[in-house]
Amino acid sequence: MANETDNMPIYLDYQATTPVDERVLATMLPWFTEKFGNPHSRDHRHGWVAEEAVEEARGKVAALIGATAKEIVFTSGATESNNLAVKGVAEAAGDDRRHIVTCVTEHKCVLESCHRLEERGFEVTWLPVRPNGLIDLDAMSAAVTERTALVSIMAVNNEIGVIQPIAEIGRLCRERGAKFHTDAAQAVGKISLDVNAMNIDLLSISGHKLYGPKGIGVLYVRRRPRVRIVPQMDGGGQERGLRSGTVPTPLAVGLGEACAIAGTEMAGEADRLRMLRDRFLDRLREGVPDVHLNGDLEHRIAGNLNLSFPDIEGQDLMMRLTGLSVSTGSACSSAAVGPSHVLSALGVESRLLHNALRIGFGRFTTEDEVDRAAAMIVSAVRSQRSASQIYERA
Amino acid sequence: MTYLDFNASAPMSDAVVDALSAAARVCGNPSSVHAYGRKARALVETARRDVAACIGAAPDQAIFTSGATEANAIALRRCGRSRVLVSAVEHDSVLKAVPGAERIPVLADGVVDLDQLRSMLADGGGGAVVSVMLANNETGVLQPLDTVVAIAREAGALVHCDAVQGPGRVPVDMAALGVDLMSLSAHKMGGPKGCGALIARDVALLGAETQGGGQERGLRGGTENLTGIAGFGAAAREVAGNLARMAGIGRLRDEMDTRVRALAGDAVIFGADAPRLPNTSCIALPGVTSEAQVMALDLAGVAVSAGSACSSGKITPSHVLTAMGAPAALAGSAIRVSLGPDTMVADIDAFVDAWARLAARVGRSAA
Repeated sequence: MANETDNMPIYLDYQATTPVDERVLATMLPWFTEKFGNPHSRDHRHGWVAEEAVEEARGKVAALIGATAKEIVFTSGATESNNLAVKGVAEAAGDDRRHIVTCVTEHKCVLESCHRLEERGFEVTWLPVRPNGLIDLDAMSAAVTERTALVSIMAVNNEIGVIQPIAEIGRLCRERGAKFHTDAAQAVGKISLDVNAMNIDLLSISGHKLYGPKGIGVLYVRRRPRVRIVPQMDGGGQERGLRSGTVPTPLAVGLGEACAIAGTEMAGEADRLRMLRDRFLDRLREGVPDVHLNGDLEHRIAGNLNLSFPDIEGQDLMMRLTGLSVSTGSACSSAAVGPSHVLSALGVESRLLHNALRIGFGRFTTEDEVDRAAAMIVSAVRSQRSASQIYERA
Repeated sequence: MTYLDFNASAPMSDAVVDALSAAARVCGNPSSVHAYGRKARALVETARRDVAACIGAAPDQAIFTSGATEANAIALRRCGRSRVLVSAVEHDSVLKAVPGAERIPVLADGVVDLDQLRSMLADGGGGAVVSVMLANNETGVLQPLDTVVAIAREAGALVHCDAVQGPGRVPVDMAALGVDLMSLSAHKMGGPKGCGALIARDVALLGAETQGGGQERGLRGGTENLTGIAGFGAAAREVAGNLARMAGIGRLRDEMDTRVRALAGDAVIFGADAPRLPNTSCIALPGVTSEAQVMALDLAGVAVSAGSACSSGKITPSHVLTAMGAPAALAGSAIRVSLGPDTMVADIDAFVDAWARLAARVGRSAA
């Protein structure tokens, strides 16, 4: 990724956030400046043009996931979308459906929302995952009953990048009459998704995970068969009453453009990233043969690796990697000390649990950066190992 | 085109656009610990300092949200008080934040009925939160918050203030006002849409409304809206400058009111006898619907609104004017004209000329 003027490290943390694509930014800027109207002002042209722009963006988002524009609700981000989906569907469900199914490797905002529902008397089934990070469909089938209001399973995991069998889960939910929500923050724009083919009832999108701006997201809410949902934020009645608050026109326009770009470039981009990822992994394995990959490699987005280095202290490794911006887990828990709840759920053994690196490749990652990053990690691991051997011998 | 709908949304200055464009090119997630993340974090914290400072608060009192609607929801639902009293002229996001909220009536001039508030809290307000806005978005009427706070404090109630229309138009000092919670909206004060803040005297008062990654001290999960927050901070830095221009804007508004009254003797200016924001006027021309006026003005190149932006296009008369005792027909003939810090005499001339032609067409003559 090209950096401005300062000497910044190589950015390989594309699951934490992605840079705003310059093409996206270009479409946003006019809406910040001369076209500043409130899209809900029906009384004058400033409002009308803003509303038209928001509606055009809504159509672009819808097109990327095979939805219709009316099914797209703009929110402040995937966290709000997930809160709205999980709590909104549960609250709208009848007394005969007081059961939620989710998975232990979900993002915290889904887990916490489910905890909140549990406190309110809902029964929650927390499905485990297999050692490769994927849902066990038999366990899922056993868990989902005619009492289940909602199944919430993420499409792509934010730490290990594995792709869950969304179509199979969707089919199962439709058979049992449960609504199916998927947190697709890490999936949209990376893999192709179709809400109809996959029987998805609700789907969360984050702007800043697909080269759009931060502060905007989407919840797709199916209209046929209709998904009933209780709004979590009341007020001016925007977004068909499902989400009050002024829609930020520039951010919505940016997200729309980001989706349009993803729609045309996604396939080629995935091929390029897979090539970069494999190249990176090959270089790394040449230098550190015992590097361990967390999560399935086959069912995985092209831009993610999660690697453990046996007998290395994770924090020490991070401190040696000053030229590289990677993370030990999800960004939200960056400052937290405990091991990743995702890797723990995979049953990763403890000597591999505390030294995992999440490495995210993306649109602006270059071959040169990948080569330099691999070399930096190899050198850091080797020097740390030789340092600890000296220490042990002493 | 003459834009006189600043209470719906205000355009951004070059400095604000520069700040948010620069932030859009910072790619880190503010929660990441690496250099990119720290750079993003620094932008968020600088903005937090400046937003808090523009209402005399400290950075650790400010929680960024997606806007005032969310700030109002957190304030009223998560402040630990089960009884909620809201003035009848509040924004919908306050009125509807908590089902069953009690309405404090307002007097004919739009000012909250303090005697009613006193009697509503007479049987003890220890379990209550009182929400009274700083300035009304439709009429500009300012509320006597110092007295509201005194009454509430006496009863042991908390006070929340939706202050979105205040900064840059009237001096706002949260500590001096004595309110416990205050909501702000970036795009009402020259910042971008999609960003707001809840300022708390003590954030320990609050619980989380949106569960998530623990951002904003656990009170509001979700990756921070970096461009929005950076733009909000830049807008906050312009509050003092905008405020300094408001005396002149107030004189322009008063002149506009005088000219309107002279053109139609039966024109009604809501809340004109109460303290008002210097930039706002809510003008009724009896017998002509708000929509007809707004469209005629739009054709003449003047953008105003028929009420609040979120409810524009709705047929029901304004709940604000209704609460002030305006009959439905009169409320349905009102428009809101709201000026900005850069509004010029020529803008007011354009409005008054267009309005004069409109009034003349329906047979009005000078009083």
